[in-house]
Amino acid sequence: MPRRATLPRETAWPDAIYRVFVAERIRQVPYVPDAGHSRLIERCHADPHMKPIVLTTEEEGIGVLAGAWLGGDRGALLLQSSGVGNCINMLSLSTICRFPLLMLVTMRGEWGEFNPWQVPMGHGTAPILEQAGVLVFRIEDAARAAETVQAAAHMAFDSERAVAVLIGQRVIGAKSFK
Amino acid sequence: MAKSAKSRLLDRRAVVEALVADRGDMLVVSGLGSTTYDLAAAGDDPRNFYLWGAMGSAALIGLGLALAQPKRRVLVVTGDGEMLMGLGSLATIGVQRPSNLAIAVIDNERYAETGLQKTHTAHGFDLCGVASAAGFRSALSVGKAAELASAVPVLQRAMGPVFASIKVAPDRPPMVLPSRDGVFLKSRFRAAVLGAA
Repeated sequence: MPRRATLPRETAWPDAIYRVFVAERIRQVPYVPDAGHSRLIERCHADPHMKPIVLTTEEEGIGVLAGAWLGGDRGALLLQSSGVGNCINMLSLSTICRFPLLMLVTMRGEWGEFNPWQVPMGHGTAPILEQAGVLVFRIEDAARAAETVQAAAHMAFDSERAVAVLIGQRVIGAKSFK
Repeated sequence: MAKSAKSRLLDRRAVVEALVADRGDMLVVSGLGSTTYDLAAAGDDPRNFYLWGAMGSAALIGLGLALAQPKRRVLVVTGDGEMLMGLGSLATIGVQRPSNLAIAVIDNERYAETGLQKTHTAHGFDLCGVASAAGFRSALSVGKAAELASAVPVLQRAMGPVFASIKVAPDRPPMVLPSRDGVFLKSRFRAAVLGAA
């Protein structure tokens, strides 16, 4: 599916999230790319202590992070809202075994979306995650990105739960098709 | 004729027993269904992580575990149906190439849990070909006892990632059921690997 490719280079909030990753000892970072995550992905690749893992589909990351936790590593899954639907059955791993799962979801199909094909999954992202047993946090203001991810990380790792942080399209900017 | 050919196929329980014999400090993940019963039948161990669901995730759990514990051998034992559902995971593992990861597919060419319906491998789909193309260092097709004997040390010790498709008879041995308590299995495994939390 089309991914954002033409966004202005916003770096402050992804850099703030990266610093939270370092502070929270995040090591394995499985991801399916999204332009909204591109800066954070670059930062993780540049960090020799982190292990970014490119996936073929988002649900792979839930298995990877379950294995990571079994072996003592912490991690975070980076994905786009359209990938949340791919994750549903795999989320049972986190629920039934109480694996910590920190998901950072960049939103499509909301604020200012041009592509109607992104709307159904964007509209359903939060209720679908909640139905699957995931706690959902939202970032609508870039200034709140770091504290929200930090709170979500504490909840995921300390209470051994699945937590998703939805990063609003208003924060990321809608993709330009011009 | 077909029957006698079938009777020469390897026995799945004997195969899994051979894979985990002399396991040392090896960590083992089993895919849902028959391979979880096979691993339990070979002897319960806190360093076994048995899946009862999340079909398609076994190899990926092995990947995350292998990256987290690079000094220990990680073996994934799963079925052909489970591996087929997570085929993309072979591509993902091929990018990371953890040298301590081995995947053994116990290939009966059937969905044994649901009535022995044929899987893609019964129609000639070549899992080893996919693993080779994905960048596994070796991908072994095993169908005979002698081939199994030479595959076991590769799976246990050779530089990974290594893959084997081991053809077994499509029968259903008696179920041996390990714990279904996911929290217990997780906590027990972590205590065995990481020490008491």
